[in-house]
Amino acid sequence: MAVPAKLTDTLETLEMVPDRSERIQLLIDIAGRFEEVPPRLARRPFAAEHQVPACESEAYVFTEPRPDGTLDFHFAVENPQGISAKAMAVILGDALSGAPSGQVAEVSQDIVYQVFGRELSMGKSMGLMSMVGMVAALAKKQAQAKGA
Amino acid sequence: MSEIESRGYVRPEVLVSTEWVANHLNDPGIRIIESNEDPLLYATGHVPGAVEVDWTRDLNDPLRRDYLGREGFEALMRRIGVTKDTTVVFYGDRNNWWATYAFWVFQLFGHDKAKIMDGGRIKWANEGRPLDRQTPSYPASDYKAAERDDQRIRAYRDQVLQHLEAKKPLVDVRSPDEYSGKKLHMPEYPNEGALRGGHIPGAASVPWAKAVNPDDGTFKNAEELRALYEGDAKIKPGDDVIVYCRIGERSSHTWFVLTHLLGFDKVRNYDGSWTEWGNLVGVPIER
Repeated sequence: MAVPAKLTDTLETLEMVPDRSERIQLLIDIAGRFEEVPPRLARRPFAAEHQVPACESEAYVFTEPRPDGTLDFHFAVENPQGISAKAMAVILGDALSGAPSGQVAEVSQDIVYQVFGRELSMGKSMGLMSMVGMVAALAKKQAQAKGA
Repeated sequence: MSEIESRGYVRPEVLVSTEWVANHLNDPGIRIIESNEDPLLYATGHVPGAVEVDWTRDLNDPLRRDYLGREGFEALMRRIGVTKDTTVVFYGDRNNWWATYAFWVFQLFGHDKAKIMDGGRIKWANEGRPLDRQTPSYPASDYKAAERDDQRIRAYRDQVLQHLEAKKPLVDVRSPDEYSGKKLHMPEYPNEGALRGGHIPGAASVPWAKAVNPDDGTFKNAEELRALYEGDAKIKPGDDVIVYCRIGERSSHTWFVLTHLLGFDKVRNYDGSWTEWGNLVGVPIER
């Protein structure tokens, strides 16, 4: 299964910034573009079924179907200091919204390491990988519904 | 008497306020250290003069699942300009859980001139205190580290099994859903790094963050903490206690509370925690 084109572009852009401190600055800038899930889709308290397991930043994932059957992905991050979760949310939202659900369902959780590098704590990598995993799981559900 | 001293802790000197830190920013005998769960946070701005000790890069063995050894710790202390006489003051995100984790690792090497800034990073920021984006640099020290001592405050899985067989107290500091195993049973969702869910039989459930005031991230007073641990969890200061969570970070926070704020004599942190226990073949699990 092909990787969504925008995700490939994003990962290639990040690869062009191998210096750790420059990468951190880029990710901080990306996190600065974070926009919370619009109130028309979800309001606090967010339902537990949307919460990302293992994410200590209390991230939530929401979907909104497009007319063509693909999904827009929206996020909430309850930890005000959850900069990494916000950066990941922006990357996933930008790169995977509108992509074929079958492709999104196959996105590897290992992209976390391509984004943040290998020097992540076990807990942090598990939380960020769970964000990817939850997006993929929701896309899989959508792909299955469309195929049914 | 300071506000922290008035809370009734057994070792109040191990905690300092944000105001104390603000008054010691240029104290050559103090090194302020930020240690976070989030690897991007330090670069967004930190306490002026604070160095970063990153959990993964600075405190872990790059290959094995273990902490750095004597040489690595010595190199770290030299790089951040800490001598045997320097008092290190940790603070960080998430109510200081990573700060207490770093504090705990420093204790494995016996650097006991160590304190925690009460309330951590968010309290400092919420009080409108300055955050600096410049990374400081200090002259290298000639720190000579002791060998790491894993006996006193660290527990390995075989010791946990012996502890369990002896029916000694354990405290599970994860969330109630992790304790019950519920979180590992959501179909189609990522697991939490373990094949089995639940908890070590007999472990009391006291989520780590209960030790913290939710409003400002400061530690609860001694009376409130005693009600939590000695009352609800029924452990006593003379007990031999093992604490654990998923990978040993949140439980280092509880280790800090029990050891330093409540004066428990023997508390060990099982850093293998649930990511080890929940994957071990044949060990007992309770739900």
